[in-house]
Amino acid sequence: MIDLRPDLAIIARNVAPDSRVLDIGCGDGALMAALRDRHGVDARGLEIDPANVSAAVARGLSVVQGDADTDLAGYPDQAFDYAILSRTLQTTRRPDRVLDHLLRIGRQAFVSFPNFAHWRVRASLLFGGRMPVNRLLPERWYDTPNIHHVTIDDFRAMVAERGIAIDAEWFLSGDKRARPAGANIFAEHAVFLLHR
Amino acid sequence: MARRLATPTQPTGLNQRPPGRNQRAMPDDARYGLRRHVTLSGPLSLDSGAALTPVEFGYETYGVPNADASNAILICHALTGDQYVASDHPVTGKPGWWSRMVGPGKPIDPDRHFIICTNVLGSCMGSSGPATIDPATGAPFAMHFPVITVRDMVRAQAMLLDHLGVSRLHAVVGGSMGGMQALSWAATFPQRIEAVVVIASTARHSAQNIAFHEVGRQAIMADPKWREGDYYAAADPPAAGLAVARMAAHITYLSEAGLTEKFGRKLQAREAKTFGFDADFQVESYLRYQGLSFTDRFDANAYLYITRAMDYFDLGEEHGGLLANAFRATDARFCVVSFDTDWLYPTSESRAIVQALNAAAKRVSFVELSSPFGHDAFLLESPQLNAVVAGFLGNGR
Repeated sequence: MIDLRPDLAIIARNVAPDSRVLDIGCGDGALMAALRDRHGVDARGLEIDPANVSAAVARGLSVVQGDADTDLAGYPDQAFDYAILSRTLQTTRRPDRVLDHLLRIGRQAFVSFPNFAHWRVRASLLFGGRMPVNRLLPERWYDTPNIHHVTIDDFRAMVAERGIAIDAEWFLSGDKRARPAGANIFAEHAVFLLHR
Repeated sequence: MARRLATPTQPTGLNQRPPGRNQRAMPDDARYGLRRHVTLSGPLSLDSGAALTPVEFGYETYGVPNADASNAILICHALTGDQYVASDHPVTGKPGWWSRMVGPGKPIDPDRHFIICTNVLGSCMGSSGPATIDPATGAPFAMHFPVITVRDMVRAQAMLLDHLGVSRLHAVVGGSMGGMQALSWAATFPQRIEAVVVIASTARHSAQNIAFHEVGRQAIMADPKWREGDYYAAADPPAAGLAVARMAAHITYLSEAGLTEKFGRKLQAREAKTFGFDADFQVESYLRYQGLSFTDRFDANAYLYITRAMDYFDLGEEHGGLLANAFRATDARFCVVSFDTDWLYPTSESRAIVQALNAAAKRVSFVELSSPFGHDAFLLESPQLNAVVAGFLGNGR
């Protein structure tokens, strides 16, 4: 069995069996395949990169090539138990609108993202004066797809402003779980389960 | 280059055996094989209100049906295509038009699938069309052939499948007009299909699509040899008109970049422009050849009827104006593919299909592939297309 990326593994463990899932930014379909094969989940995907779409379709998955910023409007309300957006929020042009679509399409939404307030990022900016290029954020400022860097505290503030409830949250440092206390400094990634 | 598929059946002889739905499908069954022809009594009720009886089919099958024929795949051909999807064309001698997709080791494989391809209703390669003899008069139908629709083509295909003992298709696959038929299958026989592959197609003909077809039809009808369609007896068809129709249409199958890459402004077998109206440019010579060679294998009236059927195609309109309604009754999986340089049926048309399928909560995959070759890309070598179709047909659940 293929090992899932840690944030995906958390999501996979917390999706109810036999549910309906829309995975937005599904990549080559690794999470969808795991959900389908291990949990009997009816998974659909949206992915921007055609090579990834082809790979996912070749796995027998139902994946549509499209852009989270423009192609979510065509999905009907509450058509899925979960909408999943893993490491994609920070790449969208309007994360707020994408989040609204997630919670319109899915009864609940999983959102994972890299935490821009991690201490390594802070240190890189504070002491180096340069935009960080590290394991967490491997691209340079000009070729990164991450156009809306976000911190855990920023995300909490946004969902609070929009009346979105946090049902669960998980934090990761490397491949290991991090404690919620001080997550905005010590967590590299966050995973939230939300509903409206 | 020319390659014939291995087949367990005899490639010749007309099939006059009556329908035998309950009879066990045997590999040596005369219904199966290359260059088959059958006349079924029908009647076939048409969208126009007319009915056709009998109905003739020119078709080919490859591979062997399994016990319940659940490995059957129907391939639907495009406007000027035919049933010779993976075997040499009897007129041109060219290899099958989709032998890149259909054949041993290919995504649609006669070693695993029972593959059926029939000449569409209205065409001229053995299925009922304007060149067919009208039993009422003993002369070709010509323009007395009823106007048909894409849905009529699909209904005819269903008749043939009944005859072949295929109750449910593993998949229906088509590009261009073949994709329209595949979509129409999902709407017309929602329980008879498990999977639908729609390549470089649309759920409705646009004004631009209709406009180009009208140019072609007018070219045919402006040819004095067209004679209101009654040219069969004189054996002097409106070849010039049909050639112009084909030339105009052929441009729409290519792309500006593809034409530039292939021809640019290169001159045809001459050093300088001739200051005349001969085919100075290679692209002119190419188009003239495409037009002329087309007239050897295609009937002008069939071109009129099939383009009309395509122009009438609007699957949403057939279902209360909402395309999603066309798909509600089926549990089939869908795979929609477009090409980025196809301006005849652009990606936006495929996206409209995908959105309707999403709105109907159907299982759909969609990918836009990159190719410099425009609409024709679906017929050309495309490892990505093959990978997508193979994956979709092979691993789907």
